[in-house]
Amino acid sequence: MEPITYAQATGLLSWTWLLIALPAAGAAVLLLTGRRADKWGHWVGVATIGAAFALALGMFASLAGLDDKSAATDLFTIISVGEVHIEASLLFDPLSAVFCLLITGVGFLIHLYAVGYMAHDEGRRKFFGYFNLFAAAMLVLVLGGNYFMTFIGWEGVGLASYLLISFWQMKPAAATAGKKAFLTNRVADVGFLLAMFLMVSTIGSLDFANVFNGAEGLSDGTSLALGLLLLAAACGKSGQWPFQTWLPDAMEGPTPVSALIHAATMVTAGVYLIARSHVIFSLNENVQTAVVVVGALTLLFGAIVGCAKDDIKRVLAWSTVSQIGYMFLAVGLGGAAFALGIIHLLAHGFFKAGLFLGSGSVMHAMNDQTDIRRFGGLWKVMPLTYATFAAGWLAIIGLFPFSGYFSKDPIIAAAFAREGWQGWVTGGAALLGAALTAFYMTRLFILTFHGPKRWTEDVHPHESPAIMTGPLVLLGLGSLAAGGLMATPVTDWLVPVFGEQHEAHGHLTHMQVTIATTAVVVLGAVLAWFLFRNGTEEAPHAAAWPVRVARADLGGEAVNRGLFERPGRLAANASVAVDGRGVDGVVNGLSAAVGGSSRRLLALQTGFVRSYALSILSGAVIVVAALMVVVIQ
Amino acid sequence: MIVDLAQSVDLAQSAGVGEAIAFWILAPIALGGAIGLVLARSAIHAALMLALTMICLAVFYIMQSAPFLGFVQIMVYTGAIMMLFLFVLMLFGRDSRDSMFETLRGQRFLAICLGIGLAALLASGLAHAVAGLTIAEGGPPTAEGAGGDSNVAAVAESLFTTYVFPFEVMSGVLTVAAVGALMFAHVARKGQAHGQKQASRERFAPGNYPGPLPGPGVFATSDSTATPALLPDGTVEQQSLSEYVPPRQLTAAETAPKQTEGRDE
Amino acid sequence: MMSPEHYLILAAALFTIGAVGVLVRRNAIVVFMCVELMLNAGNLTLVTFARTTGTIDGQVMAFFVMAVAAAEVVIGLAIIMAIYRSRRSASVDDANLLKA
Repeated sequence: MEPITYAQATGLLSWTWLLIALPAAGAAVLLLTGRRADKWGHWVGVATIGAAFALALGMFASLAGLDDKSAATDLFTIISVGEVHIEASLLFDPLSAVFCLLITGVGFLIHLYAVGYMAHDEGRRKFFGYFNLFAAAMLVLVLGGNYFMTFIGWEGVGLASYLLISFWQMKPAAATAGKKAFLTNRVADVGFLLAMFLMVSTIGSLDFANVFNGAEGLSDGTSLALGLLLLAAACGKSGQWPFQTWLPDAMEGPTPVSALIHAATMVTAGVYLIARSHVIFSLNENVQTAVVVVGALTLLFGAIVGCAKDDIKRVLAWSTVSQIGYMFLAVGLGGAAFALGIIHLLAHGFFKAGLFLGSGSVMHAMNDQTDIRRFGGLWKVMPLTYATFAAGWLAIIGLFPFSGYFSKDPIIAAAFAREGWQGWVTGGAALLGAALTAFYMTRLFILTFHGPKRWTEDVHPHESPAIMTGPLVLLGLGSLAAGGLMATPVTDWLVPVFGEQHEAHGHLTHMQVTIATTAVVVLGAVLAWFLFRNGTEEAPHAAAWPVRVARADLGGEAVNRGLFERPGRLAANASVAVDGRGVDGVVNGLSAAVGGSSRRLLALQTGFVRSYALSILSGAVIVVAALMVVVIQ
Repeated sequence: MIVDLAQSVDLAQSAGVGEAIAFWILAPIALGGAIGLVLARSAIHAALMLALTMICLAVFYIMQSAPFLGFVQIMVYTGAIMMLFLFVLMLFGRDSRDSMFETLRGQRFLAICLGIGLAALLASGLAHAVAGLTIAEGGPPTAEGAGGDSNVAAVAESLFTTYVFPFEVMSGVLTVAAVGALMFAHVARKGQAHGQKQASRERFAPGNYPGPLPGPGVFATSDSTATPALLPDGTVEQQSLSEYVPPRQLTAAETAPKQTEGRDE
Repeated sequence: MMSPEHYLILAAALFTIGAVGVLVRRNAIVVFMCVELMLNAGNLTLVTFARTTGTIDGQVMAFFVMAVAAAEVVIGLAIIMAIYRSRRSASVDDANLLKA
């Protein structure tokens, strides 16, 4: 394999840092100026992200004109210890470029939407400050030229995500959800940290180029460990099994947050990490298998739970878990599927953002209710939201010619292309996932917009203002067409990153897969339509055990509780006991001993000079006596 | 004159027997003075006792070929420093005889025990260390001075050659001590001094009673003209009672103790 | 014949009496006088040893001790004066602010 090198940035591309600096400056202005910025602050947020989007477009164009398709910039040295030198380096290459466009582009639209959505919130300025902070951190993540920079962005988005999930911190549920997301991410981040330590100790560098070039020299065990550690980190950030539980809870945040962070961008950081580290993941068969297993398992997990949920945002959240499972599956398959994963990521970014913003629009109309059992018949009231939601729905279930078709079908085909029985298993899982996706999305769609009205009495639905519907329309258009427009160009565009790949052919031809997929999708959608066309019961009802299990997140929470919470509580109680009796006992005993003896010694300090003189004289007598003893002998 | 005296003492010293006689007479006196210093109840007596001891020591110095030190001891120590002590004692008022009651428990007993122990240790140590030590032939050196070889000249020569630096430092120490004593003794006056004129003005200023203040004990409880004068034995002087003021006889209830103290019998 | 031991033992006795005086007397001035007695005992030792060794240095040292004693007396008495002015007492037991 040819050594990987990155060309030095020139021209417009040497301004990469500005991409990060713009939203960062916006965040600083918004968070530091305080209430003075309340009136105009949100427009600063929108403007900086918009400027970043324009800059990203320009840089994208510049990059397209370059031969070697990469632009690295070293800003300054962060750490220089012995052999290890860590620079604040940035890398703008095709992979970063598409992410930058996604983050700034979708981010811009969601910012715009949030201006309307958060119009009546007292903390709007703070919200936009956090939002810009998130955008800056996310850009650091994807533009970082080494794992350290990526890690900085990684933690930065973790922080921003925490701040935004618990943005309404007065709500206990939101505060808890924020903590849950933060803690779960921390656990997974240990994987990232250990992976970095491993890189430094075996390769001696964190630079992408050095790590990738040195990765081939690693032993099997090391590359397996490195891959699994990075996979753990990716799973944590992307809400993949076994770290999936935080993502649905994260929906406690404002809906634009859910759209931007927990659907379109941040949760795809795991996919980015695996795609960026594709050299490492391609080294070891077992690691790839692990990624595939995680992806397949999670996509089914998310889809099954999604079928059982009644909260519009939670359904979408579980659908996000499931869709990212597809992406993991793709990047785990390796080869040509790397690009497929990225394409699905882009397409998903559009339609999921659109769906979330649509759900936000619905909630806006329905007094912030989220229970789809109390919706229905909204299509007449909010036609624009309905139309864009429909576009997202069609895109996610993957019907031809909507974008999901172009991104998801090839993944399913690639899954079937895996060798031996594994191909049948992964392909089957992906196909089943597609059917389930069609089922729960159709259920969501029909229960929300069609069927009889099941509204609570005090709601008066209305269409959202233009500043909210505008982005919706743009995202809806993107959902409809983007996949088809992007599929081939993006594959070509990413060739410099992943190398020239040939599509694998396996058990089924592409046409067979397409037919099968379309068939199950239509089946799922029709089934859902058949079951829910007349609405559903308005209150929770007893159900068969599969539904109950799915409602309970397939036991994810129970596992966490039994495996971590209960032993954690026991350990905490035990350590409290040890601390109280043992540690405190020793410390208190020591202090009591010192205090008591000092009180006794205090009696010697009478304040009478003559007592002191007596002590001095006795000392003198003792000294003289000692002297005599020594001298006479 | 000092030199003449010194030479005559030298003569006495040459006669060892004379020195022994002087020692055995003066040593008990010196010890007695020291003990008297510790035991004397009056600080004045203590000071005189100390002076006695110091004079004895001065004689010992002279006997030991240190006539210069001996006379310095008499003039500076006994003369100047002890006088300073006496001045201070007089300033305090030669009031009381010090209480000899010991307030600190065990202090006196321990002090005496330790003193005896220290004395025994020092004496035995000295005896051990200087056993067989003899007086150097001819005693300390003398030097050519104004009146021939003298101890004063020898001390002076040593002071101004070998010890000239400590000597100069000593002058600094004494200067600092003098200035320090001034600092300690100085009391800053608060406010302006009142002259006679100002005191008189204040006395006749409005709001002040210009007459003489009542004599001690006269109007301590009442300034009514009806208040009878009391004879030295506490009974009322009948002549002091006005015949126009009706006598007011207190009833038994009024004169009875009011039980306000609570502890009245 | 006199030997230097007599003088030294006398000096030791005077020194010890002075030390005991410091311990048992409460009048600050008497305490101070006892300190002087101890210094004088030291001086006697110095003079005696000067005679024993046949040198003049011991006498010079005694001279310095006297000078230092003079300075010390000046300062010490000034301190006693200051304390007396503020406390109306010359007892060392009354100046017991050094209490713990």
